[in-house]
Amino acid sequence: MPKKSIKFFHGTELVELSNVGPSETILDYLRLRMHLTGTKEGCGEGDCGACTVAIGQLHEGKVAYQPVNSCIQLLGSLDGKELVTVEDLASPSGKLHPVQSAMVENHGSQCGFCTPGFIMSLFVLQQEGTNPDRNEINNALAGNLCRCTGYRPIIDAAKQVCNEPVIERPAALFALLEKNQDTFIGDETSFFASPSTQSALATLYHEHQDATLVAGATDVGLWITKQLRPLPKVIYLGAVKSLKNIAIEIADLVMGAGVTYAQALPHLDALHPDLGQVVRRIGSKQVRAVGTIGGNIANGSPIGDMPPMLIALSSQIELRSIEGKRSIALEDFYIEYGKQDLKPNEYLAQIRISLLQANQQFRAYKISKRFDQDISAIMAGFCFTIENDAIMNARCAFGGMAGTPMLAHKTQAALMGLSIKDETAWQQAAQLLAQDFTPMDDMRASAQYRLNTAKALLLKARAEIAGETNTRILQADSKGAPTHAQ
Amino acid sequence: MLNESAKHKTHDSAVHHVKGDAPYIDDMPEPHGTLHVVPGYTNVAAGKIAHLDLEAVRTAPDVVTVLTYADIVGMNDCSPAMGDDLILAIDEVFFSGQVIFAVVAKTRDAARKAAKLVGIEIATMSPVLTIADAKKKSKTVLPPYQFKRGDVESEIANSPHNLNSEIVVGGQEHFYLEGQIAFAVPLEGTSMKVYSSTQHPSEVQHCIARMLDLPQADIICEVRRMGGAFGGKESQATQWAALAALAAAKTGKPCKLRLDRDDDMILTGKRHDFEIEYQAGFNDQGQLTSVKSDLYARCGCSADLSLGVNDRAMFHADNAYFYPSLEINSYRMKTNTVSNTAFRGFGGPQGTVFAERMMDEIACKLGKDPLDVRLTNLYGPDRDITPYGMQVVDNIAPQIMRELETSCDYRKRRTAITKFNAENKYLKKGIALTPVKFGISFTLIHLNQAGALVHVYTDGSVQINHGGTEMGQGLYTKVASIVANEFGIDIDVVKITATTTDKVPNTAPTAASAGTDLNGMAAKNACETIKKRLAVLAAEQLNCSAGDIRFSQNKVTCPKGEMNFADLTKKAFLQRVSLSATGFYATPKITWDRENVEGTPFFYFAYGASCSEVTIDTLTGEMKVEQVDILHDVGTSLNPAIDIGQIEGGFVQGMGWLTTEELVFDDRGQLRTHAPSTYKIPTVSDIPENFTTKLWESDGNKADTIYRSKAVGEPPVMLALSVFSAIFDAVASVAPNIVPKLHAPATPESIMKAVASMKSATA
Repeated sequence: MPKKSIKFFHGTELVELSNVGPSETILDYLRLRMHLTGTKEGCGEGDCGACTVAIGQLHEGKVAYQPVNSCIQLLGSLDGKELVTVEDLASPSGKLHPVQSAMVENHGSQCGFCTPGFIMSLFVLQQEGTNPDRNEINNALAGNLCRCTGYRPIIDAAKQVCNEPVIERPAALFALLEKNQDTFIGDETSFFASPSTQSALATLYHEHQDATLVAGATDVGLWITKQLRPLPKVIYLGAVKSLKNIAIEIADLVMGAGVTYAQALPHLDALHPDLGQVVRRIGSKQVRAVGTIGGNIANGSPIGDMPPMLIALSSQIELRSIEGKRSIALEDFYIEYGKQDLKPNEYLAQIRISLLQANQQFRAYKISKRFDQDISAIMAGFCFTIENDAIMNARCAFGGMAGTPMLAHKTQAALMGLSIKDETAWQQAAQLLAQDFTPMDDMRASAQYRLNTAKALLLKARAEIAGETNTRILQADSKGAPTHAQ
Repeated sequence: MLNESAKHKTHDSAVHHVKGDAPYIDDMPEPHGTLHVVPGYTNVAAGKIAHLDLEAVRTAPDVVTVLTYADIVGMNDCSPAMGDDLILAIDEVFFSGQVIFAVVAKTRDAARKAAKLVGIEIATMSPVLTIADAKKKSKTVLPPYQFKRGDVESEIANSPHNLNSEIVVGGQEHFYLEGQIAFAVPLEGTSMKVYSSTQHPSEVQHCIARMLDLPQADIICEVRRMGGAFGGKESQATQWAALAALAAAKTGKPCKLRLDRDDDMILTGKRHDFEIEYQAGFNDQGQLTSVKSDLYARCGCSADLSLGVNDRAMFHADNAYFYPSLEINSYRMKTNTVSNTAFRGFGGPQGTVFAERMMDEIACKLGKDPLDVRLTNLYGPDRDITPYGMQVVDNIAPQIMRELETSCDYRKRRTAITKFNAENKYLKKGIALTPVKFGISFTLIHLNQAGALVHVYTDGSVQINHGGTEMGQGLYTKVASIVANEFGIDIDVVKITATTTDKVPNTAPTAASAGTDLNGMAAKNACETIKKRLAVLAAEQLNCSAGDIRFSQNKVTCPKGEMNFADLTKKAFLQRVSLSATGFYATPKITWDRENVEGTPFFYFAYGASCSEVTIDTLTGEMKVEQVDILHDVGTSLNPAIDIGQIEGGFVQGMGWLTTEELVFDDRGQLRTHAPSTYKIPTVSDIPENFTTKLWESDGNKADTIYRSKAVGEPPVMLALSVFSAIFDAVASVAPNIVPKLHAPATPESIMKAVASMKSATA
C-alpha cells in the first residue's frame, strides 16, 4: 500500500503532511499555510529567483543542497528531503549566518525584495564548499534577478563568504525519513501520487491516463500559477529511481528521462563541451536542479534547447507503457507543433545518445537576447562525419526555426561531399536553409534574423571545424567558465 | 558636514532584508476577513464595450462582489494631473490592458480564477499603435513644445559638414521585484488606512478621497518600504490602491490587491520609447555649429506624466554639450497602448541618447576618435548657455572626462582595439567614453518642497518622519544620518518611521533624484528648531550663552561644561519645552517660465563619465561588455556605499535598457513580453569582471544642498550610454566612414541589422 503522507524537514522540525493539494506549491505552503513570509513571490514563473529555497538531500552521508524556485515547485516533491528557507539561517539568538553577514557588510541589498532568494542561492553555493571563481559565482546567481544593485556587491559577498568555513548541516535526521515508497495522497478523482518504481508508474498512468506527469515542474508549474489550469491528478516522477540512471553502453550515453540537467551536465560536457555549454545556459541553477532532459524532450516545445543537439547526435528515445516499450529516433517523436508520437498511457523512459566517433565533429550554438537564463531565439546542433576533409554525413538540427525541432534535410543533402575548407560552397549550401525552414516572427526574433543566423551558424561551424580561431565571443565550459577565444 | 561614522552606516533595513523579516505589504498579517481584489481587463486596444457579462464571475466560488465603474460615487480618475485615466473603464477601451472590472473574493486564487470567467464584447476600432501611426493621424496627448536659438536652417546649410539622421530608442519595463500592491483597511466611520507600495502617498490619498467623495482627511496612506519602484510607482501605483480602497469601502472589509507579474507588466506604463530625427552642422574639428532635432515620444493612451518626461528629454538633449544654435522640438504622440510613465531619468536618458549618437556620427564622418569630438563639444567658458537659456555655472564634465580617460587607459586601449579589429574576421571590439550632466530639481517647480516631523523623547531617542519614501535607495538611512548628525547622537537611537500622510501631509512624490536633497533639508530644519529650544535650556543649565552650545558625541557642550543629550531632553520635558517639531524645505533660486522658455529650472547639475569596452560577433550579433570604468560626482557624499550602490545599479539598469530589454507589442497592440521569461533584464553574468566605480573627489556641491551633497538616483542611468556607443564603435569598425544604423535596444538582432547595413553600404 502506498503511504498517504509526505515527510520532510523544515528548520529543526520533522513535518508530516497528509493534506497535500495536487498542484499546491512550496511557496503557497510557506506563505499561505505557514505564514512564513520571508520567501517572496517576484514573478510566479521561476524566472526571477525571489522565491528561492534550498532543498537538501542525502548524498554519500552528507546533505547536499540545491536551490529551487519554490513558486513553481510542488509541495509533494519535498517528500524525503530537507527544506531550508531564509528564516532558518540565523541562529535562534539572532546571530546572522555568514552569508547574511556577508551581504550586509558588502551592501548587497537595496530594496531587499530579491535578497532572501539571493541569500538562499549563496547559502547553497557556500555549502558546496568550493572556492568559486567569478564564472562559478555567475553560475550560482544567474537565476536571481536584482534590479537595484547591479550585482557587484552581491558578487563581492559571494567571494567573501566562500572563503569562510562551511557550517556543517546535520545529516543524521534523514534516517527518520522514508525512502523508496510509493505515495498516494487524495482519492481517485484528485490526487498527488509519487510512485517509486517504473512498474508502479506504468500501472498508475494506465489507470489514470488523464493524469499529468510532472518531473521538475519548471513547465507544469506555470500551468498552475499562470494559466490557472486545474490539475486534479498529478503523478510526480521525481521518486522513480530507475528514471535517474546514467550509463555508457558501448557507443552510447544512456540516460533515464528523470535525469536532471544538473545531473546530466558533466556527462554531456564529457561528450562535447558545446553540449555542456548549452546545458549550463538552460534556465538557471534553480531550474537545472529539478528540470529534466526528459521533460525538455517530452513537452514538445519547438524552442527547447536539448532536442536540436540530441537530434544532431542521432539520439533514440524509449517510450514505455504498461503494454511494453518501443524505441524511435528523436526527430520522429515530433510530428507537428503540439503533437508528439506518444500514446495516452505512454511515458518517456530513456534517452540514448550516440557518442562521437573519431571522424565526427559536433558543434552547438544557442542564440538569445541574454547570455544566461533566456529561451533561445534560435538553437543549432551540427554533427558532421568527415573523411579527408570531405563531408560524408551531415546532421543539422535547429530549434526556433519551425513548429518542432527539425533537421535541415535539403541543406544536409547539399553539404554531402563538400570540403570543409570550401567556404564558398558552404555559403551556397547554406542558402538552402531558406527552403528547409519558414521561421516565424515573434518577440524573440524576426523570421529574417532567424534565417540569416541559421546560415551564419552553419558557416561558423564550418569555420571552427576548418580550424579558424576567434569565432566566438566566449566559450563557456560546463562549469560556466567563459573563456575568451584565443 | 556629516561625521564619519554616520557616513558608513549600512542600509537601515539590511539586516532585516537578509533575514527575510523586513515586511513588505504582502507580508503583513491579514486581519480576519481580509478579501482579495483582482482586476479584470481587456486585451482589445481600442473599441466600445458592447456587452459586459459578469454573471459567471459573480457566482464563482468564494466571490464576494464585483466592482465596476458604477460603484464609484466620486471621481473615476487616477491620473496624476490631467483627469484622463479611468480607474475602471466606462463604455470604451483605449489600450490592451485597460481595467474594466475587479473581482473581490475570499482568496486571491478564487478572485484570479473568477476574473477569467467574464464575457466582454467589444466593438473594436482600428487602434493607433506606433509613433508612425500617431504621426500619420496627428494624434497627441499634449501640445508640442520647442526650444530655439538662432537661425538653424542656414547655420546647418553653411557649416563645413552636416548630418541628417535618425535613431529609434525602445522603452523599458521597470521590473521592480515587488509588484504593484495595496492593502486598504477600513477604520472608524468613513476613514480608511491604505498601505500602498507607492512613491507618492499623497497622490494615493487624494485620489481615493476624490473617488469615495470624502475629505482628504479621512484617508491615510502609509508606506514603509517598496521592493523597488524606479518611477513605476510614482503615478501608477494609484490605480491599484484606489481599487483596493473601493473594495474596502463597498464591503467594509480589509481588501488587498497584489498584481500578478504578467498583469503588472501588461497593465502598467513604461519608459517612453522615442523616435528622434535630427540634423546638425559641424566644423572640421567636429565642433557643432547648429543642431535641429525632433523628438517623437510614444506616450500611450493618456498624458500621465508625459509633460514632464518629454520636457526633461528636451532639457537633456544637450547632455553635456554646447549647441551654438539649435531647435529642439518635442511631440507627445498618443497611441492605443498603455500610458507611459516615469522611469528613472524621466526622459533624460532618451534626450542624451540622441546627443551621444550625434557625437558618434560626427566622429565616424570625420574619421576622428569619438572622445575627441566629445571633448571639443563640451560646455566651457563662453559656451555655457543651455538650449533653455540657463547658464551652466558648475561644469566639471571636462575634468571628470580627462581624469577617467587617464585612469582607464583609454588611448592605449583604443590602439589595441584598432589592432584587434584589423586582425579579426568575425569578432570586433569597440570602446566609448561618455559624459553625463543631469539637471537636479523637479521642473514642475511646486514639487520642490518637503516636510519632516521630528520627535525627541525624554530618554534622548529620536523618531524621524518625512515625506520621502524608501524604495531601496537608502533615503531613510541618509536622512537618519542627518538627524543623528544634527543632534550629535548615535544613529542607533534615531528611529526611522514609515512614511504616512497623517504625519507629514501634502508631499511631493519621491522622484527626480531629489529625495535626500528635499527631505534631508526638511529634517535638518526640524532638528534646528528643536536644537534652538534645547540650546536655550542647556545654556541655562550650563551657565553659558545659547550661541555657544554644541551638540556632539551624545553630549551637549559649551566652554563651561557639558551634559548628556538624554539628560537635557528629560530636563526639557520637566521644564515644559517642546521636543517635537515639523521641518520644511523649499528649494531656493529655481524658476521656470515654461511658456517663455526662461529661467533656472535646475538648482545644480550632477556630473559623471563612464568608459565601456565591448566585443560583438558580426555573424550573430551577440555582444559582451568586457570592461566598465565609472567616475561619478556626488558632491560631498552622505554615504559612499549607498551612493556607489545607486551608481552601479543605475548603470546596469541603463545598460539593460540599451541592450537586452526589448518591449514587443504585436499588431493588435498586445504586449508580447510580459514576463521575465520574455523580457530580459541584466543578470549577474552580464556584469563585466572589470567593473570599477569611483566617486569624483569633489570640493562639495557649489549649490547649498544638504551638507553639499549631490543627488544620485537618476544620473547614473545615463552612464550606460558608453555601452551603447561602444557597440556603435564596434559596428563602425566593419567599414570606415560609414555610419552604422544602430537602434536601441542593441539586441543581437539589432546589432546584426546594423552590421548588415554596413556590409551592404560597402558592397
